[in-house]
Amino acid sequence: MAETVNQTQNFLKGVVKENPIFVMLLGMCPTLGVTSSASNGLGMGVATMFVLIMSNIVVSLVKNQIPSKVRIPAFIIIIASFVTIVEMILEAFVPFLYEQLGIFIPLIVVNCIILGRAEAFASKNNAISSLIDGLGMGLGFTLALTILGSTREILGNGSLFGFKFVAENANTFILFILPPGAFIALAYLTVLFNKITSKTAK
Amino acid sequence: MDYIIILIAAVFVNNIVLSQFLGICPFLGVSNKVSTSVGMSGAVLFVMTIATMATYLLHQFVLVPAGLDYLRTITFILVIAALVQMVEIILKKVSPPLYQALGVFLPLITTNCAVLGVAILALGLEGGSLLKAVFFAVSNSLGFALALIVFASIREHLELANIPKQMKGVPINLLVAGLLSLAFLGFTGLV
Repeated sequence: MAETVNQTQNFLKGVVKENPIFVMLLGMCPTLGVTSSASNGLGMGVATMFVLIMSNIVVSLVKNQIPSKVRIPAFIIIIASFVTIVEMILEAFVPFLYEQLGIFIPLIVVNCIILGRAEAFASKNNAISSLIDGLGMGLGFTLALTILGSTREILGNGSLFGFKFVAENANTFILFILPPGAFIALAYLTVLFNKITSKTAK
Repeated sequence: MDYIIILIAAVFVNNIVLSQFLGICPFLGVSNKVSTSVGMSGAVLFVMTIATMATYLLHQFVLVPAGLDYLRTITFILVIAALVQMVEIILKKVSPPLYQALGVFLPLITTNCAVLGVAILALGLEGGSLLKAVFFAVSNSLGFALALIVFASIREHLELANIPKQMKGVPINLLVAGLLSLAFLGFTGLV
């Protein structure tokens, strides 16, 4: 029973307490770059989550074989291999998303969340805990990206996941789907997140 | 003429940080003082130029002829990581004062997505040549430097400002970056 409680906490910390975006501020480039719509945010989140889980598992399995001096380059190669797999899968099966995310797919490789989890968690824990850690962190990242993407899409385009709910020629805050909107929306969402978590902590 | 357009586009219109969102981590991380941001900009200029040159040549003469284009991401990140290490070692030996100035920033650059991003974007330039790719890298690092130094100067002033408690720290920085990005939006249509 104690084991399951620990795994639940292990899973939940990535979603709330150590949320990679709102709390730790890791992986900001894709967060701001691809969230002009909810579906882009979700797609990027899922792609990153896949790489994060797979690299966490592999790193935790081979951690004893890697000399500690070369562990960072070794982690980077593992991560880059999975990023290449994701890149090829997306290009083959979801070409639309591949075009939308563009440069940010190969850049998953330098997403600090993934290397950070490999170094801080997967290289010290077993495969199952690492899988759950990856799942929690990935879900936290995906949720944050989807929320940011939805906010920007609702305000900037008057739609959500592509479904428009305002009149065709209605005025929307176009600013929010332009680059400055990413910074401004994230700034206020962070305030909101801090406010909510500090209230529940009390 | 091509080159002037590349320069203006990279520095103002498509600023790498404020409109393409590459290199946000160092942009938010090392921008609390103007002096550190100048150091970081110098290190980025240095590494980005060399890295783009190396990856462009590698792509053109090894990966494409061998039909291994899909290994781009893996090889580029390895080349950049190795290059950063090498630059660090060479600088330490050849020019200690420069190493003193840039040294601490070099390890941070491996995970700077602007370097990998520019290396990949440089492959897609119209009528690309090595010279053009390198010029593209230099222009982009100037754009990075401009954004970083302006942002750091604003942040130094923010230290003294009276900011609502909930907005302190990250949110206000993001908001400032947003306003800065809004200002750069004014350059749209220049090229």
